[in-house]
Amino acid sequence: MKLPPFEYACPTTLNEAVALLASHNGEAKAIAGGQSLVPMLAFRLARPSLLVDLRKLPGLNEIKIGADGVRLGALVRWRDIQDDKRLESAHPLLKAAIAHVAHYQIRNRGTVGGSVAHADPAAEMPGVCVACDAVITAAGKGGTRAIKAADFFEGALTTALKPDEIVTEIHLPAWPAVRRSGFQEFARRRGDFAMSGVALFYDLDAGGKATNAHIGTIGVGDRPRRLAKAEAALNGQAVTEALAVKVGEAAAAEVDPQEDIHASAAYRRSLTGTLCERALLAAAR
Amino acid sequence: MGWRMTTKFEVNGKPVSVNVEPRMTLADCLRHELRLTGTHVGCEHGVCGACTVLVDGEAVRACLMLAVQAEGAKVVTVEGLSNDADLTPLQKSFRKHHALQCGFCTPGFITTAHALLTEEPDCDADRVREVLSGNICRCTGYIGIVEAVLDARAAYKK
Repeated sequence: MKLPPFEYACPTTLNEAVALLASHNGEAKAIAGGQSLVPMLAFRLARPSLLVDLRKLPGLNEIKIGADGVRLGALVRWRDIQDDKRLESAHPLLKAAIAHVAHYQIRNRGTVGGSVAHADPAAEMPGVCVACDAVITAAGKGGTRAIKAADFFEGALTTALKPDEIVTEIHLPAWPAVRRSGFQEFARRRGDFAMSGVALFYDLDAGGKATNAHIGTIGVGDRPRRLAKAEAALNGQAVTEALAVKVGEAAAAEVDPQEDIHASAAYRRSLTGTLCERALLAAAR
Repeated sequence: MGWRMTTKFEVNGKPVSVNVEPRMTLADCLRHELRLTGTHVGCEHGVCGACTVLVDGEAVRACLMLAVQAEGAKVVTVEGLSNDADLTPLQKSFRKHHALQCGFCTPGFITTAHALLTEEPDCDADRVREVLSGNICRCTGYIGIVEAVLDARAAYKK
């Protein structure tokens, strides 16, 4: 349906944007690409009194790659990630995951900052953030703070952000050249939200065994999370087909999936195990 | 209500100025304020792709963008991708391959395909299917649309 009425501001500095958000008793919302927020408005699930457009804020649309990892400005679009050849080696897991985000037209406007602030449990970017121990920077009235991804996502569409805070940057820690990774998700139609997804990586120790395993899920439960037991099943082992099955079983046992019109909880659990197994085998190849 | 803003941008090469509520989507602005009814509004929440237009050369969903966010942008609608003299190569290809039946979704497919072919005139069938997955057609079954886009590639190669 048509959007509910709201006022609109398009500030040119971060301080101005924060002041605008703080001035409306928690009724103001930031808008970047709007690819999640506008549908929320159309469904009348959100009724802000003011929208603060972030598009003119300087310096938030850069992808910085350095020794300490990848820093994505909040206004970096899916399109920008796909077009950036450097990320194929600087963060192959990010690159693989973003290929699954929505559709062509949405990838031209949707932003990484918007995705994490929206916190859809099935969205890829929050999943990558949690799997990779990303740090999310937010600016608010009280200054700037860094929030660990594991603490940032509090539930479905719920984050640690305060009403006056704006995500400014997502920092993904450095990616060693020898790291192995895999990303798998399943949706009935291309571009739809995943019924389950797995983002994983591990490093190899001197003996060729997996170490530093990180296994994250999306679409199962109310937020993206890492699976400690599945990671434990992977650490210290040589990755074989038999091990991939075992790690997949551990992942399936560990998740706490929801049931909805798209899939039963049992299906999501089984799917997660299969996707974990496939992601691990893809990583090992 | 009543809170309106004047917004200036360019549509199909011509400067326009509209005075709209911030809640008006670009799709509704094009249709109701500028009488460009070629842009179709299907689902109004970013799923069907019928409202696809080009903003600064990139295909976007006009129902997921506010008109006030178009300030300063160059917008091209399906009207801007045709000419009075003859059908364009992309239009001819759609006709040849029966890539439309009822025609409701067609403006979204034309704008999306135009953006794709302009940027990637060498795209393969997989890429065409991937990109067109963001547009829903309930008549054709997509086979003709994919063939039409593939066949139109030659006209976009420099």
